[in-house]
Formats: sequence, C-alpha cells, structure tokens
Amino acid sequence: MANARNTSAAPAKATPDTSTAVYIVTLSAWLIPGLGHILQKRYVRGVLLMLAVCVMFFAGLGMQGKVYSFNTGDLLDILGFVGDIGAGVLYFLARAMDWGAGNIHRAVADYGTKYIVVAGLLNVVAVVDAYHIAIGKKQ
Amino acid sequence: MTFELSQFSAALLFALCASTVFGITQRQTPRDMMRYGAYCFSLFVAGVIAASWVMWFIKH
Repeated sequence: MANARNTSAAPAKATPDTSTAVYIVTLSAWLIPGLGHILQKRYVRGVLLMLAVCVMFFAGLGMQGKVYSFNTGDLLDILGFVGDIGAGVLYFLARAMDWGAGNIHRAVADYGTKYIVVAGLLNVVAVVDAYHIAIGKKQ
Repeated sequence: MTFELSQFSAALLFALCASTVFGITQRQTPRDMMRYGAYCFSLFVAGVIAASWVMWFIKH
C-alpha cells in the first residue's frame, strides 16, 4: 500500500513561467499603458486600457493637477509619487515637460491630482493583468 | 491646455475610465468583462448620487 502510494505518479506542479518574455511584457505594460496586452495579441483590451489610463492622466493634467516628484517628506506626498510613477512613461513625460505644477487656487485642480494618481494605480492593475496573461493564469 | 469639468462630469469620467480597467482586468471572458464594467460604472454613479444627497441633507 505504502509502495503503491510512493510509486504513483504525482501531479506535476504548475511552475510559473519566468522567461525573459514575461519580464519584457511586464516592463512594457508598465512603461506604456496597454502595451503588455497588445504584445500578447489582446489588441482590443490593450487599446481600451491605453485609452482609459491616458485619458485619465491627461484629463488630470488638463485640470491642472499636480504631478508629484520623488520626495521623502510628507507621507501623502510619498504615496502620491508612488501612485504617479505607476503611469510609466506618461509620468516621465510629464516631469520632462514640466507639466503638472498644480494650482491650489482651483478646486478642480485637486480632482486633477487625484486623476493623475489613480491613472498610475489603474496602470499597475493593468500590469498585473498582463503578467497573469503572460504566465498563463488568465486567458 | 486647461479645461473645466463640473463635479458630476468629472465623477462620470472617473467612473468610465476606472470601470473600463476594472472590467478588463477582473474578469476572464469579454462578455463578463462588459457586464462587470457596466456594473462597476453603475455603482460608481449610484455612489456619487447617494453621496451628493447625503451631503445635501447634512447641509440642510
């Protein structure tokens, strides 16, 4: 009985695919919103994700929202930076072009700041989804 | 480039973008994605309207 149990074929463990392609997909999904899905031939999903994140990010800039820079000051400022950098190349573009100075005199500018942070966070969700597709956890 | 959005239209745009991402990332099939996206959008909008009425009652 014990021998039979030992010799029976154990089901193969599902090992996550950690090939270079997975890293490339994940990195590109973060850098350019939606690109991770497009590279995996999920074109409609990729374009919709790209539109959603870009519209949100640029709407935030249009509302004169603030783009956080790297800082070690107030906790909310640090978290704002973490959220912003989730948008990938959009964040670096905004910093390079000196966009997102913020405007404390307009109430809607505070909405813009939140839009920019949430655009980055939504892109992080999209990156995780692209990773799950790449390792075969999702179709 | 700057533009003005009313508070409600800003909330609608937020709901549209967020529910699009939620729908795509949280479900497996296109049909489920659309249904979940629509569900999230309706919850966002219902939440905005409910919160608006709560604030109105607090003020009055």
